[in-house]
Amino acid sequence: MNIALPAVPSSLAEPATMSDLVQVRELSRVFDVSKPWLNRVIEREPRKLLKAVTDASFSIRRRETLALVGESGSGKSTVAKMVVGLLQPTAGDVRIDGKNIWGGEDLTLLRRRIQMIFQDPYASLNPRWRVDAIIADPIRAFGLAKDSAEIDHRVGELLQLVGLDPLDGRKYPHEFSGGQRQRICIARALSSKPEFLVCDEPTSALDVSVQAQILNLMRDLQDQFGLTYLFISHNLAVVRHMADRIGVMYLGRIVELAPTEHLFRTPQHPYTRMLLDAVPDLAMSGRPRKKVEGEIPNPIDPPKGCAFHPRCPLAFDRCKSEVPLPRARTSASFVACHAVERAELTQPAA
Amino acid sequence: MSPPVLSVRNLRVEFPTRRGTLVAVDDVSFDIGPGEVLGVVGESGAGKSMTGTAVIGLLEPPGRIASGEVWLQGERIDRLPPEKMRRVRGRRIGMVFQDPLTSLNPLYQIGEQLIETIRTHTDASPAVARKRAIGLLEAAGIQGAARRIDSYPHEFSGGMRQRVVIALALAAEPDLIIADEPTTALDVSIQAQIIDLLKTLCRDRGAAIMLITHDMGVIAETADRVAVMYAGRIAEIGPVRDVVQRPQHPYTKGLMGSIPTLEMGGTRLTQIPGSMPRLTAIPTGCAFNPRCNAAFDRCRVERPDPMQTGTGAVACWLAARAADEADPANQMHPTRMAP
Repeated sequence: MNIALPAVPSSLAEPATMSDLVQVRELSRVFDVSKPWLNRVIEREPRKLLKAVTDASFSIRRRETLALVGESGSGKSTVAKMVVGLLQPTAGDVRIDGKNIWGGEDLTLLRRRIQMIFQDPYASLNPRWRVDAIIADPIRAFGLAKDSAEIDHRVGELLQLVGLDPLDGRKYPHEFSGGQRQRICIARALSSKPEFLVCDEPTSALDVSVQAQILNLMRDLQDQFGLTYLFISHNLAVVRHMADRIGVMYLGRIVELAPTEHLFRTPQHPYTRMLLDAVPDLAMSGRPRKKVEGEIPNPIDPPKGCAFHPRCPLAFDRCKSEVPLPRARTSASFVACHAVERAELTQPAA
Repeated sequence: MSPPVLSVRNLRVEFPTRRGTLVAVDDVSFDIGPGEVLGVVGESGAGKSMTGTAVIGLLEPPGRIASGEVWLQGERIDRLPPEKMRRVRGRRIGMVFQDPLTSLNPLYQIGEQLIETIRTHTDASPAVARKRAIGLLEAAGIQGAARRIDSYPHEFSGGMRQRVVIALALAAEPDLIIADEPTTALDVSIQAQIIDLLKTLCRDRGAAIMLITHDMGVIAETADRVAVMYAGRIAEIGPVRDVVQRPQHPYTKGLMGSIPTLEMGGTRLTQIPGSMPRLTAIPTGCAFNPRCNAAFDRCRVERPDPMQTGTGAVACWLAARAADEADPANQMHPTRMAP
């Protein structure tokens, strides 16, 4: 048997505090990707389950930006959908301002305070609606204005806020470029005066110069309105630019979560280190890079134990059999890795 | 210096439409030497893919090369009849596209596709071709190539498929590889592997690469020289270190400043106001002038051509003016206007 360690349950890794707007506890989602019943019977195949997210726990403080990074299939978008209430979790809960959004409570008042910005600004705007109608919809839905004059006024303000002309409201989405469309999406998200925005890859469909405009805009709006962001991205440089804290996801689990500066200066989890090494060196600083090995395994049939062990340079026996639990390092960070844990036991951190 | 593998001279690609002619690529010239990697970078609509497509003669009608020349190792290829051009493609120019799934035929095993390519372009026997296909797959980093050669494309992951596509592009040992966004569809950790692979394979075989991408990071890692395109024209071209670290064109400067990097942390990004003009509304003068914070009168009326600046060339009147001030006798441009 292994040495008994003072295990910290992941739910306690981050004690909930008053300043937390969002608390996510042991959130999991399983998708059934089996073939139809008859095929399973004829081909004698068992059900196939895809564990998209397993035991994700984190909290987001007010006015904070928490980013989730990971490669495709890591489950970051699934987390985003469960946090806004678009996808029901298989287990775990999401509390926003203390209210469990999957607990059957009346959420009408809470819904207004949560909004989402999606990746593809071409798909997330109704092509048959004028822009002013798109932006006015949440205002109408939540009854935030008393008459149509007030709505028009508010839509004009919102368009200006995101750097468009109030007259642009009369146009249709196809008359705008990708960056302008993403501005419209942001205006729509802000129209219900939300506190919490979930942004799922908001700039990955945009060109770099436009991406810079949108990222700057999002930061300005955060300062202006005191917004809290959950920011989903695969781009580490973008995340570094936007986030206060970063969670790194691999095959459905958050393997490390740390304040941005710590994560980039002293990455702990071997996967985080590998990801950082893989980022192209634009500054041509000649920083040493390790070669990235291997591929992301199939999430339907993930490796036993730590899902990263087949690619991990530090893997040892225990990694192959036992899933590492997140262990708190500070009140705002944790890492889930047997090798890091072992290193700390032999060489206690100062 | 050895003669270039690919030489493009004053290439112009037009699309005749009912509302007039659109110019997608305008007066583009560059050379790629043996074993050299030329990065072609730009945002959507800059004309970078169109340049690549024109070079390999795969422009979709009504698009056509209106003027200019494309030379491959001293042979002019832009006017070859389709049948001859087909032999050039694959045999002398290999291609790697963005989406590895659509570049492979899903109905054929990858081995068949590789062997077919090898046998089309060389007179290898089926057995020899199969052996070479396995060798290529191994060189492309596919483990157990002898076993996996009989797999279908859907049995491979995205990164593995791109390795197969690279093997396919190298099958006939071409002199030039045109890679159009080869890593855009891939995850970062896989992207780094594919870049390394493309680079080593081409270095080992002495093939030149034209690497088309929107990702400056990929260019910085891979390319020897880089051409920055804007609205169908080359704004700046030069050794990658110079362009990345000391960009001269205001567009390149803005572009570099707008890319978030790991080194820079949370500082505010530089913003270029506006966006790339549509082909239907390219501004007169320098196409970048409405977005340029240093534009002066001349930029609004007269179009700058690339002008030599030591190691590279830049199409900008500011650079011309700076050079004039440094050396009044310098005749860098044909028409001289009062400042």
